[in-house]
Amino acid sequence: MAPKRKPNKLSGTPDEQPSLDPLLASREMILVAGSGGVGKTTVAASLGLAAVQRQSGRVLVLTVDPARRLATALGLKAFGNAPHPIPNDVLEAAGLEPRGELHVAMLDTKAGWDELIRRHAPDAATREAVLANPLYENITSRFVHSHDYLAMEQLHDLHASGEYDLVIVDTPPSRNALAILDAPSRMAEFFGSRLLRWLTAPYRSRLFTFASKPFYQVADRILGSRFLQDVADFFVLFQKMEAGFVKRANEVEALLVDPRTAFVVVSTLEAAPAHEARFLAESLHERKMIVGAMVANRVLPSRLASTAAIEAANDLAERTGRDGDGMIAAAVAAATGNEHDTVDRVLHQMATRFDDLAMAAEHEVDRQTELAALAATTVVVPWLSGDIHDVRGLGRLACHLRGVADQADSS
Amino acid sequence: MADLFDLDLLFVTGKGGVGKTTVAAALAEVAARRGQSVLVCEMDAKGALATAFEVGELSFETTEVAPNLFAMSMSTEDSLREYLRLYVKIPLIGRLGVLASTFDFVADAAPGVKEILAVGKLCWEVKERHYDLVIVDAEATGHVVSQIGAPRVIADLVQVGVVREQTQWMLDILQDPARTGVVVTTTPEEMPVIESVELLQRLTAETGTHPAAVVANRVLPAMFDREEQQVALQVHDAVPVLVDAVGPGAAAVVEAASIIEARRSMGVEHLDRLRTAVSQLGPAISAGERAHPVSIITVPELFARVHGKRMVSLVADGLEEELF
Repeated sequence: MAPKRKPNKLSGTPDEQPSLDPLLASREMILVAGSGGVGKTTVAASLGLAAVQRQSGRVLVLTVDPARRLATALGLKAFGNAPHPIPNDVLEAAGLEPRGELHVAMLDTKAGWDELIRRHAPDAATREAVLANPLYENITSRFVHSHDYLAMEQLHDLHASGEYDLVIVDTPPSRNALAILDAPSRMAEFFGSRLLRWLTAPYRSRLFTFASKPFYQVADRILGSRFLQDVADFFVLFQKMEAGFVKRANEVEALLVDPRTAFVVVSTLEAAPAHEARFLAESLHERKMIVGAMVANRVLPSRLASTAAIEAANDLAERTGRDGDGMIAAAVAAATGNEHDTVDRVLHQMATRFDDLAMAAEHEVDRQTELAALAATTVVVPWLSGDIHDVRGLGRLACHLRGVADQADSS
Repeated sequence: MADLFDLDLLFVTGKGGVGKTTVAAALAEVAARRGQSVLVCEMDAKGALATAFEVGELSFETTEVAPNLFAMSMSTEDSLREYLRLYVKIPLIGRLGVLASTFDFVADAAPGVKEILAVGKLCWEVKERHYDLVIVDAEATGHVVSQIGAPRVIADLVQVGVVREQTQWMLDILQDPARTGVVVTTTPEEMPVIESVELLQRLTAETGTHPAAVVANRVLPAMFDREEQQVALQVHDAVPVLVDAVGPGAAAVVEAASIIEARRSMGVEHLDRLRTAVSQLGPAISAGERAHPVSIITVPELFARVHGKRMVSLVADGLEEELF
């Protein structure tokens, strides 16, 4: 659908294209972050493809909740959640030339928790008691941003396994993009909290120590002591795993600020996602975490915002339609062999609707400049027609991320 | 169609980024325009609702952002305070500051407690009939089930206590399709549509609350009819002719048209899938109930031309046009 590319002097884009290749070569972990709906999962998968095309080695992409067709393309449904390789012939069939091995896995919160409990439980009895507790599922799925924590845990695990040269993680959508960064420290905090101490104190001493305090009377009255007891039973078991959990949470946290780790912030250039991306990048800087790159996704061609285009649209709008001179429509009708009036309507519509997109493109140019200031590298991915749900589409996106897009378009 | 505004309580949800807050604010504006007194509440304290109405920060105390239109931001702590004052009648309001933060922690760990405090506050406004309509800028599709379903979870998990006693009247409101409904907002894109369909399919089974409508936001209006579409494709070959006539920018004008068309036709596919899913939803939820079929309301793309209040008003215009 795209017209032939011409060197474009109007938008003033520089010749050399920024690339994520250096980042992919120099890091061991990449976390892909951004607000919901900006194409995080697709970018994470494409980064994996980019990495195996660029260099040899084993690359793992850990996704959270890929769109179904993308999941199918990557064989995620067929193979379950555990890491599995994507056969090179699948990549080759899509016109790619992999030098490394691409593996993919999907985050499974429930299984992740079960695994954590198995690992940290001091003995079989505790393990079985926790897994069988009626509140277990309910509590783990809700408290201290368990999704976020699980993603961090799995990242740590996979990195520590030493099986992969690069692990790329698609971070879970969170209400607040920062929740994920705070998840490990919250987990550690939770174990040190007064609440947990109270909940897990032997029941009688709890009454003795706290009964006089109005809060606990209120809590008892509101929640019912039976329910509190259920919760307490769970946490008594849970507390036995404290040492393991806290150690782990601290390790995970250290990993986030490790120089081998970098974040890639993905955003479209619409107002809300761009605003969130900016906030996210600034917060990462504050936490001494590394923003390796910014990916501006689904960007409109900046030439839409050029003066020449706006002038052309205005001219075309004036010279077509009811008050037009009909000459342009006549010329185009002659060139394409179509009926004059239809051509005129089409041209007029194109000219008048142009404004909408031009204005959107103009806003995007401004936001791109703002975002570019927040990372050493900013890669701009143009709006590609169609959603991406096959390996070929991911390959095209990968070319843009590597800054070799023109080659891809012509091949 | 206008049924939507006969309900007492609307939860507006949708995948992040689809314009959920704008739609919630616009629905509130439509109701207020039609003479209803409306409360609209933001649940996640992110400040998006305040931005939409162009007012300073919103709080638990309502702000009248337009005649008959009141806005608030949910706070579990304030809700707990109010709740204790109303139901428990323990005179420790003054000292609650510290306690509430500790309670916050219990609520964090104990399933459903936080949610029930938030949802309970809204149900209480409904029960007391302080407003004709309460609109909730609710959690995103992924979390809204645990939000709306909290009273049910509590009813299952908690055997005694004040909270337990409070769940029944909330469930009566939440599970009555003539009083409470969920408005699922989506854009004509793949993931938002998939999440919306999944939510619609599990909502009633898991929470007892019924969907009331689907809002398809940011839908591109058609540029061409079928005949014109064919001609438009051929105009690409005539770009040089246009360049001669109106200058070198003509190529971008034609390109823009093809971008809009490509986006629109992709959106049409996703909306078709949504429509099919919604039409298959009918019998499952309305078995013997008063539930009415879920309608899809379309709101046109505004191309980020406007923000804040103006955007809310334009979306409200779009909703009104579709609904009345």
